Amino acid sequence: MTIQAARDPGAPSDSDAEAAVLDVRELRMRYGTTDVLDGVTFTVSRGEVVTLLGPNGAGKTTTVEILEGFRARSAGHVRVLGVDPTKGDERWRARLGVVLQSWRDHAKWRVRELLAHLARYYVPYAEPGERKPRDVDELLDLVGLAGNARTRVSMLSGGQRRRLDVAVGIVGAPELLFLDEPTAGFDPEARREFHDLVHRLADEDTTILLTTHDLDEAEKLSDRTLILAGGRIIADGSADELARRVSAEAEVRWTQNGQRHVHTTSDATGYVRELLTHNVEDVAELEVRRASLEDAYMALVREFEAGRADAAVREFEEASL
Amino acid sequence: MNPKPYALRVGFLRGGIELRQTFTNLQDLWSHVFTPVVMLVVLAFMRDSTVPGTDFSMGVMALPSILGMFVAFGMVTAANSLLIEREDGTLLRAKAVPDGMLGYLVGKLVTVSGMTLVSLLAFLLPALFLVDGVAVGDLGTWLEFTAVFVFGLLAVLPIGAVIGSLFSNPRNMGFVMLPVMGLIGISGIFYPITQLPMFLQWIAQVFPIYWLGLGMRAALLPDAMATVEIGESWRHLETVGVLGVWIAAGLVVAPVVLRRMARRESGSAVQARKEKAIQRVA
Repeated sequence: MTIQAARDPGAPSDSDAEAAVLDVRELRMRYGTTDVLDGVTFTVSRGEVVTLLGPNGAGKTTTVEILEGFRARSAGHVRVLGVDPTKGDERWRARLGVVLQSWRDHAKWRVRELLAHLARYYVPYAEPGERKPRDVDELLDLVGLAGNARTRVSMLSGGQRRRLDVAVGIVGAPELLFLDEPTAGFDPEARREFHDLVHRLADEDTTILLTTHDLDEAEKLSDRTLILAGGRIIADGSADELARRVSAEAEVRWTQNGQRHVHTTSDATGYVRELLTHNVEDVAELEVRRASLEDAYMALVREFEAGRADAAVREFEEASL
Repeated sequence: MNPKPYALRVGFLRGGIELRQTFTNLQDLWSHVFTPVVMLVVLAFMRDSTVPGTDFSMGVMALPSILGMFVAFGMVTAANSLLIEREDGTLLRAKAVPDGMLGYLVGKLVTVSGMTLVSLLAFLLPALFLVDGVAVGDLGTWLEFTAVFVFGLLAVLPIGAVIGSLFSNPRNMGFVMLPVMGLIGISGIFYPITQLPMFLQWIAQVFPIYWLGLGMRAALLPDAMATVEIGESWRHLETVGVLGVWIAAGLVVAPVVLRRMARRESGSAVQARKEKAIQRVA
């Protein structure tokens, strides 16, 4: 997987737009007098796994629903696989995969029966030589539901149901997959298996846009993270890049003669080299900690909210003059 | 491969799967036979009384009328399942796959038609032993019966689809059931319409239920019994005319309303309805 450098979000070049699976510029969404999205801009290239992070109410779901073609936007330029989602036809739809949140739908259907039925819709849309839809039994195996093929959907556990949702999302062998909080309600093992599945899909060159609240998951899965707050993308980069933006410094911890030491430095490698050259014998339990995506996220959102509060105070002061 | 005809086929398969599910499930099965059983009891009570001023049996009159009512109930079934499946996310699932909506609607058409036919037969077969006077052995009877069944469904299913699209809460179905029950009361199903005040007769003749009942009576009863109908005739032409207008109106309006409803379906719409439903329970 390639790590993409953060682009200047204002001006994606034309060649970018051509290669881009997702191309969003100045996307706006207004409900009544409230701007939910206020100029969202980003691109995603083929094969990238990108996480959309943001506080509740930041407009993640709205953004994803606009991209999925489930919601009309107020303004802005949006191309998904080169097509405007509001004009996307069924052939375009056949190239997308959508993993919805778990509903109570199709409760009476059996797992394999439902998957095989939904797979059929993709048959007329297979290009010559393309394996579309996926083989249903292989897919059941892939998501770990082979043993539940004949189980009624209503009898699945939360985690199994979620895996079925994922299977339904990828049964059409999509080029672009939307995952909305895919691992909500997973136990750690199921989460690990799911992450393996996402990596496998990414290896097959599937482009993936996921939303999650789990920062650890975002860090593990994605090449790039977008942070959406106040209706705008306030950060766009790999987890490392975002972490470095917040803090260039790392923490070096070690014990020496039974005593714990902590040192903060912007050149951890150099410091450790020094430390080890001069104290070869007694340095133990050496640890270097950089800011995590979680630290970066918290700092960025806090910074943003403080900025917004500042702006509000300014507005108030101007108004009361 | 042409996608649209293919999706129609997938829709038919979908209908078949759903019918199998509903008829191999005890709870569903009970709800399918409940109304027929109630209607059989009603019929048993009616069979000894006669239409006022004649010696025609009320039971013989009511049997085909109830068949017409079962066809009209197809509307309620369609509206109900559309409402429920919008709330539980089935429709959104359909929207997320190519041609999924087309497949869903064809499937629903097959399912509702199948369920209506089974309920109707569950009533008709025992009912034929309960009352005498239906021309059972005549092929023409059953051809006409089939025609009324098919045209009736074509008239009422689009109405059901429109109702199911306009409401957003399955618990509001009461607002639909009440007027439907009222219409059944004045549509000559259980009591000859000619005995009712004139203005009620006019209201009833606007809606399909009366004409479905009349069509079924025309199909199943001897011509002599037409004398207790409005105009002392089966009024075949008027039946075709009124049902035809409903079919035409339905085929024009229903796709527009369905498309508008489908366009508005999204994950957050389903989520919002789910949260509302939880609040109601709490």
